[in-house]
Amino acid sequence: MNQKSKYSRREFLARAALSAGTLSLAASGLDLLNGCSSSGNGERNFFNEDEYHLVEAIAEQIIPTDDWPGGRDAGVADFIDIQLAGPYQRFQADYRRGLAAMERTCQELYRVKFENLPWDTQTAFLTRMEKGTLSSRDWDAGFAERFFELLRSHSLQGFYGSPRHGGNKNFVSYKMMGLDEIQTVGQNRYGA
Amino acid sequence: MSKTHVNAVVVGAGAGGGVVAKELSTHGMSVVLFERGDWVPFDAHDTDELLSQRTTVLGNAFGPDDARYRRVVENADGSTTVVFPSENDYNNVAACVGSGTVSYGAMAWRFMAEDFRMKSTYGSVGGSTLEDWPVSYEDLEHCYERAEWEIGVAGDASGNPFGSPRKKPFPMPPFTYNTEAKMLESAMKRIGLHPFPIPMLRNSVPYNDRPACVRRRSCCGFACPMNAKSGTHNTVIPTALASGNCELRTNCVVAELMVDDSGRITGVHYFDADGRGETQTADVIVIAASATETPRLLLNSKSTHHPAGVGNGNDWVGRNFQGHAYTGAFGLFEEDIFDDVGPGATIAISDFSHHNKGIIGGGILANEFTRLPYLFTGIRPPGSPAWGKEHKAFQRKYFRRNVQVVGPIQEMPVFDSRVRVDPTVKDHWGIPVVRLSGTRHARDVEGCMFLSSKAELILKEAGAEMTWQAVGGKGLSGGQHQAGTCRMGEDPKTSVTDRYGRIHETPNVFVADASLHVTNGGFNPALTIMALGYWVGEHITSEWQHGNRFT
Repeated sequence: MNQKSKYSRREFLARAALSAGTLSLAASGLDLLNGCSSSGNGERNFFNEDEYHLVEAIAEQIIPTDDWPGGRDAGVADFIDIQLAGPYQRFQADYRRGLAAMERTCQELYRVKFENLPWDTQTAFLTRMEKGTLSSRDWDAGFAERFFELLRSHSLQGFYGSPRHGGNKNFVSYKMMGLDEIQTVGQNRYGA
Repeated sequence: MSKTHVNAVVVGAGAGGGVVAKELSTHGMSVVLFERGDWVPFDAHDTDELLSQRTTVLGNAFGPDDARYRRVVENADGSTTVVFPSENDYNNVAACVGSGTVSYGAMAWRFMAEDFRMKSTYGSVGGSTLEDWPVSYEDLEHCYERAEWEIGVAGDASGNPFGSPRKKPFPMPPFTYNTEAKMLESAMKRIGLHPFPIPMLRNSVPYNDRPACVRRRSCCGFACPMNAKSGTHNTVIPTALASGNCELRTNCVVAELMVDDSGRITGVHYFDADGRGETQTADVIVIAASATETPRLLLNSKSTHHPAGVGNGNDWVGRNFQGHAYTGAFGLFEEDIFDDVGPGATIAISDFSHHNKGIIGGGILANEFTRLPYLFTGIRPPGSPAWGKEHKAFQRKYFRRNVQVVGPIQEMPVFDSRVRVDPTVKDHWGIPVVRLSGTRHARDVEGCMFLSSKAELILKEAGAEMTWQAVGGKGLSGGQHQAGTCRMGEDPKTSVTDRYGRIHETPNVFVADASLHVTNGGFNPALTIMALGYWVGEHITSEWQHGNRFT
């Protein structure tokens, strides 16, 4: 019997080409992780300016400012923007569709952008997304709940994850929780 | 070494494969050890919770990667979902030299005698393929001992009256309790339980030329920057390489077993680091690629003599896919308890591992590894808000005031919980991917409810102001404790390998990972996988030295 591999180089290349879109995007995501810690300078990776400001307002609702900075100041929108061009590329379509649907629904209901709504109205709107009680052609079959869960979990990741990914600026959540960045036992006791 | 014929190929440089490669190469056999991943750089993902091997939302720190790997999960309604390695449903095991032993929490449990005799102990269970192992605890005892001494375990079993009998003590003293463990120890003793320090594959003192642990909070899910955590990557694999008889080929993906006209397995087809198709011939083939990837390789190796895949003449390869349903309880306290002494888990009880009324098997209970900030965002009493002001305030108030007591329940193996290969979906290399299907046995939930109630009892006794249970045991099994898919047994009709891991249908092909487990115990399985590596390796070298060439 022929002892050479049955998987030829040619077949491998053909298969690789089939998934080339995925692969090239993944590569760019890795580059971003390596080269880009945070933006905040107006250069976006995925969001346009309107989307970016909407996500900032949502992140501020998920993690509101109190005695400690909230989602906006922690750079959660930067975190999500970077991840959507990297590991979260598979959520790009959901974000584009979901953010546009939020904008449209807010215009229909209030004739004003989400980020310009009163705080409690924003909270109520997000709660309706979470519970799936928004009635509009934009929110079919569980999409609102699913999209809200993306916004919620990604915001929490941006706020509570490592600053190397663009969120948690100045280690704000670690400081809030009393977790010094240097984590060897003993070193964070002095002066306590 | 070139790609000349070798005595043995080992597929997978993890807990089992690393040990086998060391056993064979130090006994004079020439070995090629294949690993689909690479060596792990210790500083790559130092403290990055989102990109670790425990929380994988931005990817698996140590592989497999989302770009090249896929799996298919069969849903209850028969539809299928393609899943990425960073998603929970993928059921990943790390793809790197050492595999999970680089980034595990490193609990070093011996199974108990009952765990090898589940059917004899509890009788048959409807809907389950519950069975005894063809080897006993006594058979494996010296293999556990070798794993503890050669790879390195810190512990003290004297406080555990239910522990397996042992001939030698641990090579290192146990880790001291952290503050929450001291609190739990008193509570456990007050209600008549028997707490003891968790045995750990970590250096409590300098050992094997590596330093002692400095107890960081980012340990479980991370590579140790001190090199104090013991895996196969910093013990047996370096020993194998130093023997001069073992070549490690990293970034090489084994696709299929080679077969000759007589049906004998002659080696492996694989893709090298550049994606080139290559072959490697050997007298003996040992597969230790995990309980998902080992059956995948066998099932992908179809030929005239092995029309359903190698070892699959009776349709048992990939069956009885099991893991551990994790179950336990949370408690909130009025005072700070968190002292940042990692890795968090330090104390356990084995009181509920066996002989619980109305329950088959059971599990240990231990305090949990440190819940890092993002993971903690998911820990809230039932009905609490999942976002907003109150959620943030809880994060701040209770991060240092929460305790989790949790354990793995011994699952009842289910014949239709299984690993197959998908008929259409392929990975980056064009190899058909794993397709997972089935659900856990209904009795697993009963075990979980039992163990969670005990965990809550302990937390209440410890003085928690509020407690709640988190009960596992439903849905598809698997996870990082995956096991059972190439069961060992005496009867070729109802098992895949013999008692030495040799596939019944092929004289020279062995399995040496958790796929062999007939049942998976109520314990983290790493030390048992290592012990099986010694068990299989000792058999192969002993036979080889007596002239057996497995023809």
